[in-house]
Amino acid sequence: MTLPPTRSTSRAIVSLLLAIVLAWAPPLAAQDQPGVPSDTILSDTTLQILLPRPVPAVTVKDTQDDGGGSITVTWEASADDGDGGIINRYVIYRATSAEGPFEEVGDATNNATTFSDGSAEDDVAYFYRVVPMTLALAGQPVPPALVEGAMVAGPVSSSAQWLDWRRINVLVGVLLLCVFIIYYINQAKAGKSLFIRKIAGLEAVDEAVGRATEMGKKIYYIPGTQDMDNVQTIAGVTILGRVAELAAQYETYLQVPVSRSLVLVTAREIVKEAYSKAGRPDAFQEDQVHYLTDDQFGYAAGIDGMVVREKPATIFFMGAFYAESLILAETGNSIGAIQIAGTGMPSQLPFFVAACDYTLIGEELFAASAYLSREPKLLGSLKGQDMGKAVILIAIVVGLVLETFGIWSFSRLFSVIQ
Amino acid sequence: MRREIPLIITGIVGIVFVVQYFIPHWPFNRMNAWFSDWFSIVQACAIWLGALNLLKISLEKIARRKSDWGYAVVIIVSFLLIAIIGFLEGEAFRDPGTKFTWLYDFVYTPLSSTMFAILAFFVASASYRAFRARNFEATLLLLAAFFVMLGRVPVGDALTAFMPEGWRLTDLATWIMNFPQTAGQRAIMIGIALGIVSTSLRIILGIERSHLGGD
Repeated sequence: MTLPPTRSTSRAIVSLLLAIVLAWAPPLAAQDQPGVPSDTILSDTTLQILLPRPVPAVTVKDTQDDGGGSITVTWEASADDGDGGIINRYVIYRATSAEGPFEEVGDATNNATTFSDGSAEDDVAYFYRVVPMTLALAGQPVPPALVEGAMVAGPVSSSAQWLDWRRINVLVGVLLLCVFIIYYINQAKAGKSLFIRKIAGLEAVDEAVGRATEMGKKIYYIPGTQDMDNVQTIAGVTILGRVAELAAQYETYLQVPVSRSLVLVTAREIVKEAYSKAGRPDAFQEDQVHYLTDDQFGYAAGIDGMVVREKPATIFFMGAFYAESLILAETGNSIGAIQIAGTGMPSQLPFFVAACDYTLIGEELFAASAYLSREPKLLGSLKGQDMGKAVILIAIVVGLVLETFGIWSFSRLFSVIQ
Repeated sequence: MRREIPLIITGIVGIVFVVQYFIPHWPFNRMNAWFSDWFSIVQACAIWLGALNLLKISLEKIARRKSDWGYAVVIIVSFLLIAIIGFLEGEAFRDPGTKFTWLYDFVYTPLSSTMFAILAFFVASASYRAFRARNFEATLLLLAAFFVMLGRVPVGDALTAFMPEGWRLTDLATWIMNFPQTAGQRAIMIGIALGIVSTSLRIILGIERSHLGGD
């Protein structure tokens, strides 16, 4: 009775065959095109399982548009790769001379034809070999015969580039926008009057502060939950200056609970300055701007508690908000406060629109400072921004027409590499 | 000089940040990381400003018996409790089984979850107000919301199961989200992106100075 071969028996057979193949290594390595010798005593099938055909061509070059330290290795797939092929992976070897010693630097899956070696040192010449491996060799060390027989590509060295050409379109866009903005700032400086459309939310600022004055209640100003490295927070505290000035003029108490220490320092300085500007430096109290917590929902809970207890007449939400937006705005709405919100978070805008009296949508938040101050230079920058929008609008229409007729090259101009 | 030095620093850092995006060569390719590290250091130091401010205001409230001073007691007790336990447990304060972790898992997390859960009720009350057919736009909003919400639940498909594939409520909800909603959101995002560039440029050039206190 013959027993079926066990896994250990199969492994022993494979190992034996491997040993036989490795014994043939010197003659294989000596050939220009290593592969299966025709006069071998092993069957073709067995040899193919153990020794895949090598990659026919390997090219190496410095990775473009990077900061150095990277070499791109490209090869043509082995004839044994592809659908139904026996290639399991490609192992990439590197040496500092063509003779070796070659060290493994990484691997790539089957069907892959490129590998990026990110461990290269700049200005060091390297040589590469790409060795295909079969499933039968999985878990086994790479036979030296395969490494020795593989084609050597090189020398190549990595270096850093001075310009990332993949981002040139972004550079052109930024420069164009800067030109527009600077041009209109200069126009405004020269005394040219610039038309800016009405923004209802900003028109209502005076009314909101006035209402709090009439009612003899507080104004709350919430500058969002992000830190000073967020442009929305900067836009938010910029508007705070104007609101604080009005509050000082109307002698209305303005309270600014913040969730970041750096925002605390900045907001306090802004409010203090605004009170001085309004001729009421004595009315400023340090505690008007105070810290609550960095925690998102802790901050929301703290403000909700204060709003419910103190019932302010007016609440401003200006800055970056996340899930706490509706918790804050709906609580303010429930006590009947007049609420003006502004954020650049698209996902939070519907909540503010639903719960607040006025909402500055996206760009309006960034326009608020210029709108409220009416300073020509700031208004000029708004006009430049509008020109940028016009260019984008034209590009969208042109792209729409071209894509409809199957011309894809135009839209590729706008792809951005992160 | 009190105003000029921050303006110069802002201008230099702003320009460097723009330039490093386009130049992968050293030292520009490292600058983003350097500035991020510096910002983290400044932020870590500044946290004490906030913490001390919170303590100061709360202690004053208690000392002067201001209205709702009881809440200030809760703040101080909570603050000191979590800080002292954290310090006493040393570097391993986050490990499982520590008192700090217990407080985090069984006090802080449920409180945060409760706050987040309140959102569901607020969404309902806000929706009730928002989805009133007062005018044409509000009616459109109401209809869109109706179809999207119904298309996102199994009953929506059950109601329109007799209709051909691609014409069911799920498909209508997907279409509304993929086309009109995406188009509107992209328009807003383009505006936001331009606003950010414009504001950043104003700050870098020193035209916008309000964030430094006054104009």
